[in-house]
Amino acid sequence: MSSSTHISSLKSYLNVFWTLMALTLLTVVVAFFDLGPFNIIVAVSIASVKAYVVILYFMHVKYSNHIIWLTVAAGFIWFVLMLGLTIADYATREWIPYPEAW
Amino acid sequence: MAADQHSPHLAHHFDSMEQQQESSSLGMWLFLAQEVMFFGGLFVAYAVYRFKYPEAFAVASSHLSLGWGAFNTVVLICSSLTMALAVRAGQLGDKRGIIRYLLATIFLASVFLGVKGVEYTEKYNDGLMPGPAFEYTPDFDRYTVPVTAETAPPNFVGNVQLFFSFYFVMTGLHALHMVIGIGLMIWLIVKALRDRFSKEYFTPIEMTGLYWHFVDIVWIFLFPLVYLVWRH
Amino acid sequence: MNDTSPPKRTHYLNAQHTVGSWLFTLDHKRIGLLYLATILLFFLLGGIAAMLFRVELMTPDPTYMESETYNRLFTMHGITMIFFFLIPSIPAVLGNFLLPLMLGTKDLAFPRLNLASWYVFTFGGLLGLGSIIFGGVDTGWTFYTPYSSTYANSNVILAALGIFIAGFGSIMTGINFIVTIHKMRAPGLTWFRLPLFIWAHYATSIIIVLGTPVIAITILLVAIERLFQIGIFDPALGGDPVLFQHLFWFYSHPAVYIMILPGMGVISEIIACFSRKRIFGYKVVALSSLAIAILGFFVWGHHMFVSSQSMYAGMIFSILSFLVAIPSAIKVFNWTATLYGGAIKLDTPMLYALGFIGLFTVGGLTGLFLASMAINVHVHDTYFVVAHFHYVMVGGMVMAFFGGLHFWWPKMTGRHFSELFGRIGAVTIFIGFNLTFFPQFIVGYLGMPRRYHVYPEEFQFLQVMSTGGSAVLALGYLVMAGYLLHSLVLGKKASSNPWRAVGLEWTTPSPPPTENFTTEPYVDYEAYDYTREEVYRDDADEVKGA
Ligand SMILES: [Cu+2]
Repeated sequence: MSSSTHISSLKSYLNVFWTLMALTLLTVVVAFFDLGPFNIIVAVSIASVKAYVVILYFMHVKYSNHIIWLTVAAGFIWFVLMLGLTIADYATREWIPYPEAW
Repeated sequence: MAADQHSPHLAHHFDSMEQQQESSSLGMWLFLAQEVMFFGGLFVAYAVYRFKYPEAFAVASSHLSLGWGAFNTVVLICSSLTMALAVRAGQLGDKRGIIRYLLATIFLASVFLGVKGVEYTEKYNDGLMPGPAFEYTPDFDRYTVPVTAETAPPNFVGNVQLFFSFYFVMTGLHALHMVIGIGLMIWLIVKALRDRFSKEYFTPIEMTGLYWHFVDIVWIFLFPLVYLVWRH
Repeated sequence: MNDTSPPKRTHYLNAQHTVGSWLFTLDHKRIGLLYLATILLFFLLGGIAAMLFRVELMTPDPTYMESETYNRLFTMHGITMIFFFLIPSIPAVLGNFLLPLMLGTKDLAFPRLNLASWYVFTFGGLLGLGSIIFGGVDTGWTFYTPYSSTYANSNVILAALGIFIAGFGSIMTGINFIVTIHKMRAPGLTWFRLPLFIWAHYATSIIIVLGTPVIAITILLVAIERLFQIGIFDPALGGDPVLFQHLFWFYSHPAVYIMILPGMGVISEIIACFSRKRIFGYKVVALSSLAIAILGFFVWGHHMFVSSQSMYAGMIFSILSFLVAIPSAIKVFNWTATLYGGAIKLDTPMLYALGFIGLFTVGGLTGLFLASMAINVHVHDTYFVVAHFHYVMVGGMVMAFFGGLHFWWPKMTGRHFSELFGRIGAVTIFIGFNLTFFPQFIVGYLGMPRRYHVYPEEFQFLQVMSTGGSAVLALGYLVMAGYLLHSLVLGKKASSNPWRAVGLEWTTPSPPPTENFTTEPYVDYEAYDYTREEVYRDDADEVKGA
């Protein structure tokens, strides 16, 4: 079945909506707890789950063919690799041992 | 499908409505992948600076209004819901539904942009507009972030400005995308009023819907990354 | 059969004659020609700039221009050649023209988007041109910060906006190609029956769609920073100029593959036709295009070995850069294997293709020198780098572009060019090219940095040789312009398949009708099936036979 022929019920849209609302509340509440480095990880994870839900149900990717899945995945993976390799530079710049250490 | 041959919406170089619809859909998704990388460049730059200057970014972020940010997040999720319902109305061939839900989406989008305007004005009045007019004196006693005048990096004020440069560029480009989206929805309403849509043909609504949800997703990431850096 | 002159055939060129029928055309073939005219104009401009500074470089001291002028000229050369000529050259001209023909369809998936892309590109090009007219840009095509964002006293914003806008023209083309290849193939045309030209354009389009937006946002950030002085890359605020380089090269290294992959597609078509053989290891060559597109994204740091980038990141980028050489080498080996035992004919397109293989190999192998961290320190930002990328881009892409233009010229225009002058032009260009750029390897290895207006006397001999070569190169291009223009009016009429090539584009008359095919194509043979004569029939045969 193609993405445009699948008609989701009103109820399923409302379920998605309330899920997104709950996750928004969660992300605000969690931000008030000090989780150290996990603050950012939790915040981005919750945002990713929200984005996933929107993509799957509001954007009908759940009912789309594999090439759409592939396009979504490519956008996501390319972004992560761009981020990862750039940060790899900044994170390892200080690794070079200084002569003082000897 | 013989019926397709008579559809007035079928362009001459396609064989069937299905082929035409799938092409539009793939084209739109490729455009969105492009958008991911467009905003992606900004997010990478933001991530690098946040990684380099965690204290300054935490302090700067706490000057944003969490209330307005959260309110706008809710507004935008609501608009995504009304947009999804507009597409559903398109699938059902419900002309009045299309117009009603699109108007609701435009209304919510305007609320969002209005709030953004209020926030921008506040920041401008507080001297937090980056550029030559930027004026900020650190008040280390009031920060919840563990940073003092002694431990602060040498260019603390400059780094705070850097945060606001990103705040304005990122939310500004996001707002620009919303304005474009509102323009698209007005165009859809005009088309709907002229009875251009039917159960068989509602591709423009579907594509605008995809675009709108993408704009929502950008905000879903912007909100925690910009507003929730240091709230404990 | 020649006693009655045949009725004048209607095709895409003579279907309509008004200016409006060209400016508002939705026909991919006409849009391809619009692009051709536009990019050749930019090629001319970039070439003139190059000639001007090549003449200046004949003497070690400043002779007839200031350093300021020199900087503006090499920037103009770089920006016009890369953003406004090389990147759109094969995809927007030959790709636009051939993709639907090779796929057996009436048009690209989104004809309006296609026309819009030309307008967007041209508008961006005009802004770029404006930046030159109103005083020029002196940052080099790379726009490195903080010079471009803070210090340069030239039209950086205008040029940046031009590139930003032209980039969206290229994205529109990329999206159009991917959708067309996925959704509009003729019946029977499976993925592994596609011409390698199509595979190359598919891979190129992936790079365009995922890479171009990054340069768009980066160059936009530079423009915004200059305009509002908000200091995104400004060290005074803690901004990092090296971050600009990361974002810039994330696009601009893959952009090298935007420039070379379509050329590789053209070469595969030409090599197969003029050796009358199926491309050796067709599937591997097809997939190597994808491998290049994907791997090519993750090697950008090899431009930044001496920029204070972390040594560890440098090592990763160095290893990945070596890896991306593998699929490129596969292509070169498979082309040579195709030539082996083939019935080779040295017509003009084939001369360009053979030139490509040799020159691209030199360019690619010197790329490996640059990808090894230690050697890179020695030759970084010297003429060695200049020679390396000119071997890839001019020796590779420009050769492929002109090879392809000659190969499909009869199809596009319905006319034959002069084969004799064609060969003379090709040989002249090959000699001129090597005379221009080979000395630059030596001068760079001896230590002369790029982008310098004055230099020590000991380099003069090689620099004069280079300038002399560039005159020969320019002469070759002029010869080509002469006989191609001549052929438009007086050239012999072309039949449907003058080269006896395999491919759907050769099954329709030259020039093709507006709707491309008179009967719906059906494909029941493999790509480059030169064993079956009925696959590469020519309509002239039928006239003779009757
Ligand atoms: Cu590179």
